[in-house]
Amino acid sequence: MTEYSSTELLICIAARVFENGKTCFIGTGVPMLAASLAQRLYAPDLVAIFEFGGTGAQLEDLPMAVGEARTFHKALAASGICDIMETAQRGFIDYGFLGGAQIDPYGNLNSTVIGDHGSPKVRLPGSGGGNDVGSLCWQTIALMRHDKRRFVPQVDFVTTPGFLTGPGAREAAGLPVNTGPIAVISTLATMGFDSDTCRMQLEALHPGVTLEQALDNTGFELLIPTEVKRNAPPTAEELRVLRDEIDPTGLYI
Amino acid sequence: MQVVDSGIGELIQPPDMEAFREWNRTQKSRTLIDKRMSEREAISRFVHDGDYIGTELYGTVRCPMSLSRELIRQGKKELRVAGQGVLELDMWLAAGLVKKLDITYIGMEVYGVSNGLRRAVESGQVESVTEWSNAGITWRFKATSIGAPFIAVRSMLGSDTFKYSAAKSVECPFTGLTVCLIPALVLDVGLIHVHRADRYGNCQIEGISGFAFEMARACKRLVISAEEIIPTEEIRRYPDHTIIPFYLVDAVVHAPLGSHPGEMAYMYARDEPAIKEWMEANKTAEGAQAYMDRLVHGVADHEKYLERVGRQRLDELIEMRERRE
Repeated sequence: MTEYSSTELLICIAARVFENGKTCFIGTGVPMLAASLAQRLYAPDLVAIFEFGGTGAQLEDLPMAVGEARTFHKALAASGICDIMETAQRGFIDYGFLGGAQIDPYGNLNSTVIGDHGSPKVRLPGSGGGNDVGSLCWQTIALMRHDKRRFVPQVDFVTTPGFLTGPGAREAAGLPVNTGPIAVISTLATMGFDSDTCRMQLEALHPGVTLEQALDNTGFELLIPTEVKRNAPPTAEELRVLRDEIDPTGLYI
Repeated sequence: MQVVDSGIGELIQPPDMEAFREWNRTQKSRTLIDKRMSEREAISRFVHDGDYIGTELYGTVRCPMSLSRELIRQGKKELRVAGQGVLELDMWLAAGLVKKLDITYIGMEVYGVSNGLRRAVESGQVESVTEWSNAGITWRFKATSIGAPFIAVRSMLGSDTFKYSAAKSVECPFTGLTVCLIPALVLDVGLIHVHRADRYGNCQIEGISGFAFEMARACKRLVISAEEIIPTEEIRRYPDHTIIPFYLVDAVVHAPLGSHPGEMAYMYARDEPAIKEWMEANKTAEGAQAYMDRLVHGVADHEKYLERVGRQRLDELIEMRERRE
């Protein structure tokens, strides 16, 4: 069996989510690698959108920042942040990728503070475009390392809305209807959300991961469906492209 | 219109649209006058202690780093800052110059958290932190840009980002939707780095425009640094490329490689080892001070800074630039 790291696994599983002919809001790091892999193998007509103005770039070299020139390398448009965010607000962006220091059962994400806002234990960078992606894109996918410090019953700060307090809460707050999280891809498993309760539900375990491992590393009750699927391991082709073409210097992987 | 909910964050710079109109009427020249000056003069004349200030784009991308370093050199303090930043705000925070923050994101992107932000906020040195999203803070500039006291948007609702902001939610009188009202933000002073400007401050940018358009129109005073100073005839040949017209601008600083260690689209790439050098130094307050003693206070001006980086390295970065293929 081919060896791969947990980051490589996360990237390969995430890359399979992208679809041709869809617009996708891409953040720095793992989402960029996954989008680049998807563009080469699965979704050549994926429209990658970066928050400071890049639309439809060809992701040949890895961007290090959401505003740098590679985010509009051979792109279709180079505009500005208002254009991108307003495009999301008009309902033109299908998917958004998110991350955070903490996630709760409703998919709410924290990237602002650990501890109290007034006197934080750790001051994190803040929302950036995260809140806007979580508010305005049709569907969002969170990419997370999977452990109890990150999968918590309640996030210290709701930087980016998931389903907030449960069914109907997004709409009640005024967020656009029919939006919200659809998946969480972690280093252990793929999760979705139960349509009745809006709570996180296990969908598929990554190769070699046991159900107990996933549960032990989750700080809240994860819903378990009657049938838990199993994600296919990274293919040799995925790993080759990722290692040789996308990140040959090993910056991320 | 009924207010549904109000953020509890401090409105650090309350908008006064009549005062802004009056400022624009009386304090901004419509005459083509030569505004070229050094970083030293521009920062000294147009940035004051206690000012509300913003920078564009951010940190590693088309950022006014030569102006940011000069601001540290002159020790401008008790700044209130619109915080969408990477290196430049990490440095100001590390230098203890920031008193209040309208924050959306201050971090080191792929490299993680800003240690300048962590030390300054966790120690209580920054007195007040009000949260916004990236769109939220940019739409605040946009509200000012259109001359309105607020703008209604659909982001931030329902979150703690809203709760700790100074936004309000209301029921829309036309549709009944709950919308988020984002207050206009008028900067005392803004710093923007561009590809080309003429001596009067007509500015052109290549690649993405970030939030330059909106921020330039939301400043009482605006300092421009430019990679190249070009003749006005060139501006007149491509007027469609002008994103910031002269009457918005108070100072024009010629700053070749002014975004270093950040990048400039189609001109030079970011200097990865130089960025890492700062981050390594900024793991501790002492390290940050030593870095600034060497590369900020230890060099008289931007020209001397570039000499310190070295011509060979700068040429390498130019060679590594994004190209129009």
